[in-house]
Amino acid sequence: MALLEVKNLGISFGGLRAVNAFDISIEKQELYGLIGPNGAGKTTVFNLLTGVYKPDSGKVLLDGTDITGKKTIDISKAGIARTFQNIRLFKDLTVLDNVKAGLHNKHHYSTVSGILRLPAYRKVEKEMDERAMELLKVFNLDEVAHVKASNLPYGQQRRLEIARALATEPKLLLLDEPAAGMNPNETGELMDMIRFVRDEFHMTILLIEHDMKLVSGICERLTVLNFGEVLSHGATSDVLNDPRVITAYLGE
Amino acid sequence: MKKMNGINKTTKNNLITYGIVIVAFVIMQTLISTGSVSSLIEGIMVPICIYVIMAVSLNLVVGILGELSLGHAGFMCVGAFSSAFFSKCMKDVITVDGLRFFLAMLIGIAVAAVFGILIGIPVLRLKGDYLAIVTLAFGEIIKNLVNVLFIGKDSNGFHFSLKDVMALDMEPDGTVIVNGPQGITGTPQDSTFLIGFIMIMISLFVILNLINSRDGRAIMAIRDNRIAAESIGINITKYKLMAFTVSAALAGSAGVLYAHNLSALTANTDNFGYNQSIMILVFVVLGGMGSIRGSVIAATVLTLLPELLRGMQDYRMLIYAIVLIVMMLFNWAPKAIEWRERHLRFGRKQKEAVK
Amino acid sequence: MEMSFISYLINGLSLGSVYAIIALGYTMVYGIAKMLNFAHGDVIMIGAYMALIAMSQAGLSPVIAVLIAIVVCTVLGVVIERVAYKPLRNAASSLSVLITAIGVSYLLQNIALLVFGSNAQTFPSVIKWTGITLAGGQISISGVTIVTIVVCLVIMAVLVTFVQKTKPGQAMRAVSEDKGAAQLMGINVNGTIALTFAIGSALAAVAGVLYCSAYPSVTPYTGAMPGIKAFVAAVFGGIGSIPGAFIGGLLLGVIEIFGRVYSSQLADALVFAVLIVVLLVKPTGLLGKKIQEKV
Repeated sequence: MALLEVKNLGISFGGLRAVNAFDISIEKQELYGLIGPNGAGKTTVFNLLTGVYKPDSGKVLLDGTDITGKKTIDISKAGIARTFQNIRLFKDLTVLDNVKAGLHNKHHYSTVSGILRLPAYRKVEKEMDERAMELLKVFNLDEVAHVKASNLPYGQQRRLEIARALATEPKLLLLDEPAAGMNPNETGELMDMIRFVRDEFHMTILLIEHDMKLVSGICERLTVLNFGEVLSHGATSDVLNDPRVITAYLGE
Repeated sequence: MKKMNGINKTTKNNLITYGIVIVAFVIMQTLISTGSVSSLIEGIMVPICIYVIMAVSLNLVVGILGELSLGHAGFMCVGAFSSAFFSKCMKDVITVDGLRFFLAMLIGIAVAAVFGILIGIPVLRLKGDYLAIVTLAFGEIIKNLVNVLFIGKDSNGFHFSLKDVMALDMEPDGTVIVNGPQGITGTPQDSTFLIGFIMIMISLFVILNLINSRDGRAIMAIRDNRIAAESIGINITKYKLMAFTVSAALAGSAGVLYAHNLSALTANTDNFGYNQSIMILVFVVLGGMGSIRGSVIAATVLTLLPELLRGMQDYRMLIYAIVLIVMMLFNWAPKAIEWRERHLRFGRKQKEAVK
Repeated sequence: MEMSFISYLINGLSLGSVYAIIALGYTMVYGIAKMLNFAHGDVIMIGAYMALIAMSQAGLSPVIAVLIAIVVCTVLGVVIERVAYKPLRNAASSLSVLITAIGVSYLLQNIALLVFGSNAQTFPSVIKWTGITLAGGQISISGVTIVTIVVCLVIMAVLVTFVQKTKPGQAMRAVSEDKGAAQLMGINVNGTIALTFAIGSALAAVAGVLYCSAYPSVTPYTGAMPGIKAFVAAVFGGIGSIPGAFIGGLLLGVIEIFGRVYSSQLADALVFAVLIVVLLVKPTGLLGKKIQEKV
């Protein structure tokens, strides 16, 4: 059974059908790309999957569980984590604390333990520190663990956002234009990193991207969205050679 | 190794804050007991404690949660009146002053916390300007309602009215406890500098430890990016309400100190109205939003200074206003930030190190 | 009883007209600069003092006094915007603008306190007309009341026409819709925002004179409460909407006057309760429109 199974998903904004009859099926540990021209509704799909918007039609199954129309926080708990097109870090927190915030629902102690510094506080905080540092090491961010997130260079901010998302221990990771604003060098490193995350964490990844080099380089399958509808889907090379896709990208 | 440094740095910072308060207390207490300060200065010690607690608790909402509350004095008002009401009723029942005051403190804190929850639930659905103006509205409503509240007690029990003393309709033996605009008179004056100091230490302990915990991280994550916080599964409402309620409860304790420092307790614009709320906000902003130590220092200095420099009294609020505007422009105007980054690179790095 | 009901209603409409005039300033500024100008109420107070000085110390006629108040407040409003608010327009923290506005409010109050003292000064009404009596003397309506309502209606009509029909008015609408796009279309955004503050402050001067004519005294704190209540009115009617400010102001004035019959403390509480209920039930107000946050 597929990890993510979406059927007939749709939403309208004031008469405009932003996403219509969207289907997608992603297997466990697959690296899947969602592409399409600007304004095609890609980010809207992410917002529907993560509960930022409530769909007005369709069904979303994550690992067999129906999560259609659930609240963002419940979807996070169910196992979807994401990054944002315009980076959204906790800018005044340290890099370490950004990741520890991601561990929020995986490590618990009570408010009272926290305020009175009871043993539970010390034990769990230590676990969180260790886990967070492990994750930071994967993304080469351990050296800057105590730097304020807003002081990181752009490429590191993008990586930190992925690390924070992974800290929630998701089943599915959604990356919204992870290579946006990166130079070819950085994009190359990012591709290696995404592959590494998939292999190391056995992660299923759905990503939105405009960089065709990245898409063709790492995505196994693609779905192309145009005017809110699925234009084409299938194996990456097939989709990229589909004349309809080429037309949509080049325009008529 | 690095990680250990990080933990130590926060702990060290907190210890410095506690240390400053302890040293200041010891010095002042010594000066007072040796009779080296005027009665005027001695009389201002409890108010300073009150303002410090108000400032650090407001900073939890403004600096840590990142929402502007303009009704903080309302919670102080609730704490003051509920505890004074208790103390006055129990004056002859509980004769041990310390025990009675301890219970009054608990009641003031609890009632303020309950108000914090009740007001927080609707208010925290809003944000920004609207949240600020609604907290102001709640603060004013509390102050106005207290002014029309009459409570009396006779052999039949308590009587309430929102009209006047006559409407209480009491037996001849009845006494008025809360007398509308005249408030509560004859509250036992149990507040002392020592108790004020202890309450400051407790407030600091609660707030600093809360900030440096899992809950505090969640609160600051919401402040920095609500949408991202939600996406990693942080319950926005819960943590906003937690910050708001803890802040209200501590403001309540400041209210208890206030009520038990005066023989007559009334609610007016200057003590429980939005003027007071804004005054506290000035302390928080000038001390640095998010800096608890800054709030302690700002509240102390800005309460003490006008008393020491009597001539300054007239210009006090004028100067605060100007400093407030200049600080905001200097800290936040994009042009000012650009200028600072170009000319004060060293200063900027240093600031980060402290944070 | 019915007669007193009618006179309360008329008084309410008169007070509401003042709120409406102030609320227009709030709502236009909020609509365009997206900021709560906390100092708007204190501009009212400055306007009242200016008119007072012009009349009682310079011995000028009420009409000239009102004009002086309008000119001073207009300049003041533009200066405040230029010095305190404009530098923060693109600031990262939205709290910073609000706190600055609070600072400006306190600055104006304390300057007034130093210059004019804290004592209330009697304000000579600018309206000499004593008014009319109806129903065989059972209802008397003062001249101030009638003039206030009429002035408010005139201002409303002029403002709506201005915004709908004139070029600067259309520029205002464009800037309030989308600052960036307006700039690209060649609209002078800074000038338009300055103009909005100028109009709002001029209206504040008018409101100040009318308010102090009805409640004939002025102190450095005179503007604070009407200012906040007018903001409530603006929110009530729907922030950014000119007709909304008008309706919100009138309704709030009537609510307050009827509340005062019972107790003035409770009347204030009632006004604030209206704000809370509106914001919680329909945050966009009676005539406002919804804005969605972009993710």
